[in-house]
Amino acid sequence: MILQGENILKQYHHKGEMINALDHVSFKVNKGDFVTVTGPSGSGKSTLLLALFGLIRLTSGNIIFDGKRIDNISDRQLTEIRKKSVGYILQSFALIPYLTTIQNVMIPLALEKVPGKEQVKRAREILEYVGLSDRMEHLPREISAGQQQRIAIARSIIHRPQIIMADEPTGNLDPTLSLEILEFLKKINRENKITIIMVTHSPVAAEYGTMKLHLNEGKIMESGK
Amino acid sequence: MTILKLVLIELWKRKSQLITGLLAITLGIAVIIAIQSVSVVSERNVARNLDNLGANILVLPQGASIDDYYTSDIDAPTLPMDYVERILTSTIAGVDNMSPKLTRRVKVGDQSVVLTGILPKSEIASKPLWQSSGLLGAELKTTCAPNQSANKSHGLEDDKLKRKAIDTLNSKDCLAGSQVAKKLRLSTNGRINIMGKEFNVVKILPETGTVDDDRIFANLHDVQQLLGIENQVSAIEIMGCCNAISEGLLGQLRNILPDTRITTIGQIVSTQIETNQLMKKVTLIMLIIIFFVGGISIGNYIWANVNERKREIGILRMMGAKRSIIYKMFLLKALILGVGGGFLGYLLGTFAGVILGPYLAGIVVKPVYIYLLWSVLFSVAISLAGSLFPTYLAAKFDPHTNLQED
Ligand SMILES: Nc1ncnc2c1ncn2[C@@H]1O[C@H](COP(=O)(O)OP(=O)(O)O)[C@@H](O)[C@H]1O
Ligand SMILES: [Mg+2]
Repeated sequence: MILQGENILKQYHHKGEMINALDHVSFKVNKGDFVTVTGPSGSGKSTLLLALFGLIRLTSGNIIFDGKRIDNISDRQLTEIRKKSVGYILQSFALIPYLTTIQNVMIPLALEKVPGKEQVKRAREILEYVGLSDRMEHLPREISAGQQQRIAIARSIIHRPQIIMADEPTGNLDPTLSLEILEFLKKINRENKITIIMVTHSPVAAEYGTMKLHLNEGKIMESGK
Repeated sequence: MTILKLVLIELWKRKSQLITGLLAITLGIAVIIAIQSVSVVSERNVARNLDNLGANILVLPQGASIDDYYTSDIDAPTLPMDYVERILTSTIAGVDNMSPKLTRRVKVGDQSVVLTGILPKSEIASKPLWQSSGLLGAELKTTCAPNQSANKSHGLEDDKLKRKAIDTLNSKDCLAGSQVAKKLRLSTNGRINIMGKEFNVVKILPETGTVDDDRIFANLHDVQQLLGIENQVSAIEIMGCCNAISEGLLGQLRNILPDTRITTIGQIVSTQIETNQLMKKVTLIMLIIIFFVGGISIGNYIWANVNERKREIGILRMMGAKRSIIYKMFLLKALILGVGGGFLGYLLGTFAGVILGPYLAGIVVKPVYIYLLWSVLFSVAISLAGSLFPTYLAAKFDPHTNLQED
């Protein structure tokens, strides 16, 4: 087991009302799982994804990662864990607009202070892996949406994380490109034994899951292999 | 990829914003540097010129300033030559020597030079360098102990040396300052045509570092004739006995010389010191204003930059960038801006000083290199101070609110 949530509660106060964005959610994820999280809009999927490694702090509940509790540790320590062990892929790609493809991909290595030459070597390998060797010096706005998402994927795996968190990675892509990205994620999951937690509202994407969570109004309605 | 590289790329990609961010600091520093470079030279020049005066009392036309006397513009006021006679025939005691002068800026060829008419015998060859060039005549007799204090502070100690007159300067002879000689390619025993009259260059004077370097000295009568200002002079330099000065020599002179301004070198020096102190105060106030205006303007620029890059900050924090990385990003940027602003301000200010100095103050301004260090340090301090608060806010941003996409 790599990740476990126990009784996760996240409450928001919104215009005097209390919303349970996550309502006593519990789940277990094993190493190498491809978890898909589905549910209607506003059901708490993004909140769950961001809460797991401290980008959102819980109201109550426990999170255990790699055998250690991480819900009660400092922001600093959580930041360190995100840097070393987690990769993020977002719906809107979240690339830095003024950096080229290869520069964007090197950011996680820069944060880990990897020497420049090794950064370039590893970035080239990864970009080859995602099929973007010929787009290394382009800026994000100069390439297509599908290519941008592949950069984001390359960036999320370059530092060899244990787990990838993807929030609707195909939400901005047409069906063909979506399939391409999904196949990619599947390949990463299988070949590199990287655990993936992917939020999606697409039934097609949900089918990629080896484990499926379904949320509704902050509660887990269904969890199956 | 490093954070520094990220900062540099971002700076480069947003060059135009950069210029706006730097404007206040750069201009502020430029103004101060320009003022300082000019005033440092003018301060030095006044001290040097006074050193070389050799006299301790100046009689100037009413309304003329010491600057008018040095710049010698075409419309500078004059006073009657008769005043020399008037002093001589008066009963006033304590006047050891008088040297009347007429000074005008004239064109020789296409060069502007200062033509000064002097009376040999009475002209005080105060300049130690002049003396070494063998122009000296007999030592002037003094009626009382020489005033030690007037010039001592400026480094010329040997009063006896000063109190000697130029021996001869015949009609149609002239002496050329070292700069003039260079500009007009003059040599000893050469000839020069000034306003249609031929002069014989009897001597090229050694360099003194004063306005004298830019002058041509000729016989006063020749100069008066040439300029068509007969019986008028620009000033009378008087070597007065200091005891007499303290006993009211100035007042006595004023009584017999109407429409003149009579001052001692001591007064000129202390006025200059007062002006300098005032300039220092003004500069200090300007520094404080620039600190705040520049700081606020840089802070404003960084804050706009932070807001524009909110999402980027969120992305970096998501990927595991600590708060310290956010500090590093924006403070490095502020540091680079500071160094750039200081450097540009120095260049601009020095350039302005060097270009405008000769026009505005009639002096040659040279770059003061140590100011580069001060400009950069000052500018970096402003920039960092102004950026600290916006950067603190940027580092405190909640990463997830900046990641939200809908
Ligand atoms: N910062 C916030 N403040 C208040 N309410 C929020 C905030 N973020 C999310 N919510 C609420 O929490 C619920 C879950 O949101 P979210 O996790 O974004 O849903 P999903 O990703 O499944 O569409 C929604 O009702 C949303 O309005
Ligand atoms: Mg969402």
